[in-house]
Amino acid sequence: MLNMLLSQVLDLMTPVLLAAMAGALCERAGVFNIALEGKMLVGAFVAVATSVAFGSPVLAVLSAVLCTAIFASPLALGGARLGGDPIVIGIGLNLLASGLTTYLLGAIFGVTGTLVDPSVTALPRFGFAALADVPVLGAILGHNALVYLSWLLVLVFNIYLFRTPWGLRLRGIGEVPSAAAAMGANVSRYQTAIVILAGGLCGLAGAQLALGSVALFAENMTAGRGWIAVVAVMLGRAHPLGIALACLGFGLADAVGLRLQGQGLPNQITDIAPYAITLLAMIGLGLRVMKKKTKSV
Amino acid sequence: MIAGALDTKSRLAAILFSIAAAVVLGGLVVGLTGANPVSVYLEIAKGAVLGRGLDETLARSVPLVGMALAAAIALRAGLVNLGGDGQMLIGGLAAALVALYLPVPGAARAVLALAAAICAGGLYAWLAAILQLNLGIPFLIASLLFSYIARGLTSYLVRYPLRDPATGMPETYRVASGARLPAHIFDLPVSMAMVIMVVVAVVVVVNDRSGVNGFEWRMTGLNARFAQYSGVDLSRQTQRVAFLSGAMAGLVGALLILGQQYRFTDGALLAPGYTWSGLMAAVLAMASPIATIVTSVFFAALQVGGFSMERALGLPAVLTWVLQALIILCLAARPILFRKR
Repeated sequence: MLNMLLSQVLDLMTPVLLAAMAGALCERAGVFNIALEGKMLVGAFVAVATSVAFGSPVLAVLSAVLCTAIFASPLALGGARLGGDPIVIGIGLNLLASGLTTYLLGAIFGVTGTLVDPSVTALPRFGFAALADVPVLGAILGHNALVYLSWLLVLVFNIYLFRTPWGLRLRGIGEVPSAAAAMGANVSRYQTAIVILAGGLCGLAGAQLALGSVALFAENMTAGRGWIAVVAVMLGRAHPLGIALACLGFGLADAVGLRLQGQGLPNQITDIAPYAITLLAMIGLGLRVMKKKTKSV
Repeated sequence: MIAGALDTKSRLAAILFSIAAAVVLGGLVVGLTGANPVSVYLEIAKGAVLGRGLDETLARSVPLVGMALAAAIALRAGLVNLGGDGQMLIGGLAAALVALYLPVPGAARAVLALAAAICAGGLYAWLAAILQLNLGIPFLIASLLFSYIARGLTSYLVRYPLRDPATGMPETYRVASGARLPAHIFDLPVSMAMVIMVVVAVVVVVNDRSGVNGFEWRMTGLNARFAQYSGVDLSRQTQRVAFLSGAMAGLVGALLILGQQYRFTDGALLAPGYTWSGLMAAVLAMASPIATIVTSVFFAALQVGGFSMERALGLPAVLTWVLQALIILCLAARPILFRKR
């Protein structure tokens, strides 16, 4: 029972974690990225559309990464390079993603609402039936490759950001761009590359959302998860480990909500849970920061 | 950039360029899905003005202008209000509750319902402003998270405690005819909601052009620190602007409930996407109220044309949503194409 819950938490948190990693990299590079929601949606759509066309989950994930990276290029070029307002571009990309996926769903597949197709299969899970009942270990095993990749990325980004010269340069670019430029770092090239890389990560997030636990695409299926990822970046202070913790909390709220729904609680109430809890966490963090401030004064 | 320091002429050039570029890009999308872009655009243009198109465009303009002004009021002062959906829902629900349950005679009920919606929507946005001012949670994020909460809360309320069991839908009882806003005034093709929106829009424009408030908000939007040095109380101003932006959204919710839908149906207020279209119209207009009114009527026409195109050609009407987003992206990308070397 506890194993099932934990396993569900790990599945549910993965798309948010991947998108939040993308957001964290952008944040560290000094680009406010609020387009995570839209990019995730594009990733989910491309993953399912590719599955329908070729029936290959590997190809689906790869094309989701590629297309979402391309989709992110307006933010990379406009927001990072020259004078474009990243908030306006972010809003534009989110709405474009929502409109474009719905339009293509109708224009290509003749479908409104949800696209299910026998050729769309969920990503394969690595199961060890013998160990499934071992507490905790059983819950950690048995997920698909993207779940483990997301954990690996948390570690990789942690090392990259805080233990390598490139990471140091990236943080410098985000914190004091003029100083980084004076040191010889090409600020806009760095930012462009990071935003496109973040696009690819959001593609992974979308693929996990569409092909992880379910195997379908639904209009606006991200349902705010990209925004939760934006908040997770704030809660985790753009630190990979902190973000992973915030996403774990979100996954827990989501999974418990789903459980309570099964117990007969109206799903309108449980749907609120992830947003209410993220908001409460932000309020708690804000209160702590405020207390510290008044103490130091 | 949002509040735009451009003069009128270059602003107009920017808007026209963005629309033209989006039409070309949208045409590519249509072409790639195997349809003829020229006939698609022709159907959209015809549908927006011919036959019943003009009436529908006007009707759709009322909520769209309202939500666009709600976004513009905030943008003008440098706030990005992404929570219009939530404020509209809370306002609409407040209006429905007063119109359904307050024991006063008809017309007074309608007036009180409008007032309740304005207060409720305003307070809901004010709450998000308080979080930004006191706890450092960005208004943009807080207002959006509040939207999701409002959506779940209103959905629950109209599905369970407030539900009219006689209909199969998740909706409240119908508002009594005395408390509704008339759809025609003196048998003219003008609804009460339209009149109210025109009056409100005029107030917003006049305040922006010649009010002290309007001047201070614009100054803050362009340079908050400068405004503060000039003696503007930024905290009080942020609270006030957030309240007014939310109040406008709440009013739109009430106008839709009392003047068109006559009951609060789950999902009905948000389905047309007024909040986001309005936000895009305000961004396109660079938050100038007069320009915002023009761009939001244009977007209303575009959407009405889209529905007519869908009926005629069978392509999804959501194409117009794609066009709106492309317009905004082209506007944001414009400095890159036309940068001075």
